[in-house]
Amino acid sequence: MTKRADKNLAASSRALRWTRKDLLGLRELSAEEITFVLDTADAFKQVGTREIKKVPALRGKTLVNFFIEPSTRTRTSFELAAFRLSADVINISATTSSLAKGETLKDTARNLEALHADILVLRHSSAGAPQFLAQHLQTSVINAGDGAHEHPTQALLDLYTIREKKGTVAGLHVVIIGDILFSRVARSNIFGLVKLGARVTLVGPSTLVPREFEKLGVTISHDIDDVLPSADVVNLLRIQHERQRKEYFPGIGEYVRLFGLTSARAKRLNPDCLIMHPGPINRGVEIDSDLADGVQSVILDQVTNGLAVRMAVLYLCAGIATP
Amino acid sequence: MKNPKQHAEFAAIPILDAEAIQRVLRRIAHEIIERNPALDALILAGIPLRGAEISKRIAGFIETIGKIKIDTGVIDVSMHRDDVGTRAELPVVRASQLPLPLDNRTVVIVDDVLFTGRTCRAAMDAISSFGRPARIQLAALIDRGHRELPIRADYVGKNLPTAASERVRVRFENLDNEPDGVWLLKPQER
Repeated sequence: MTKRADKNLAASSRALRWTRKDLLGLRELSAEEITFVLDTADAFKQVGTREIKKVPALRGKTLVNFFIEPSTRTRTSFELAAFRLSADVINISATTSSLAKGETLKDTARNLEALHADILVLRHSSAGAPQFLAQHLQTSVINAGDGAHEHPTQALLDLYTIREKKGTVAGLHVVIIGDILFSRVARSNIFGLVKLGARVTLVGPSTLVPREFEKLGVTISHDIDDVLPSADVVNLLRIQHERQRKEYFPGIGEYVRLFGLTSARAKRLNPDCLIMHPGPINRGVEIDSDLADGVQSVILDQVTNGLAVRMAVLYLCAGIATP
Repeated sequence: MKNPKQHAEFAAIPILDAEAIQRVLRRIAHEIIERNPALDALILAGIPLRGAEISKRIAGFIETIGKIKIDTGVIDVSMHRDDVGTRAELPVVRASQLPLPLDNRTVVIVDDVLFTGRTCRAAMDAISSFGRPARIQLAALIDRGHRELPIRADYVGKNLPTAASERVRVRFENLDNEPDGVWLLKPQER
């Protein structure tokens, strides 16, 4: 480490302290807080390389994974992160909870709190559900995706992966392609990337990439071939069939032709441009199969880094004393 | 995010200046050499931030005296502390770095101020998650007393009797942009 880096560390260690019990979205975080989480994740990533890959930080704490919408990656990642921190985990899905019997979300959550759950990781189809619960509960609430609103830990792990591979986020040109309108991943990424100083371009059909997004400080394009040559990172989003109640584009074939990252199209990319995807991948739709497995793809690094980022988030939010 | 702690309500009494710190660390280096004939088995592992700085300085002295390269490391104890969930704010956690494997090595934990002993206990836990060293020793620049656990230092720079309400302030030029020094901060009556 250089002397200058030492000084920066000393300065940051004095100036910055984490004080939030909830992580609801990236919109309310400052650039410093986002960087703080990423720095903390660095330390937790290193735990995975130890002989004993488990630390006692959250020993005796209980985490409830409350997933009203289906998920494998995010739920498993939170569960493993909690195990690595020595917390106990309960998993509840919509079908196994009393929500199916007509209990309200608030009542279910208050019952979980009465059982002394310390951390509630919530995935919900309605935007704002985590915020609602955070206001009513002492428990730490972590948003694991709420409707088309935010998915903060996904954006943090994307930022972490970009920073890890490129050294910095500031000044990079990040291109997000696909279903922006229905994507909580896109929203959280936009907030985070803009705050950390990246240049963001959104690409997709005008029905799925409306002009309103320009207010968030990004550029909009409907011509993928025009944008790809200057990209440092492309982040591909899945078409969210489950959220589209009517047809937003003529068909999959046309989508692939106009916006899919095909092998032919990828030749326009810089050789060191990163290809990212939050998963699950629809191979042959938003991305060609051999690109998803190619040298530019960091899709599996994203999964590995997700674990470190979620350990950091759980440690920080649950590590704060609640009144 | 809060501002750094203000020391305005404290009177600062100088304890060690830059020269005294170097003298004390050189003496600790000699003591470590005396106690550890196999210098190549040593790892000086500092606790961030200032313990890590002290470990580098002691390693420098041992290298000069013993003409041998000394391994250093960093142990961040945040994940192993027993007060998680009781603090209103959390500092950033740093990655631990130890030369592996630890088998047959002697790890010297290096900290700036030894107080309750809880940090040292957490450091021992952290080390054992990396492996099983032959032995663990403890070096501290300042021992201010008030132990809450059965822990004592093998190497002490200066024993400094303190009241619980007092604080010890350690600064290093290359980290803090102010001259090396140790001060005892006494709370002032208003």
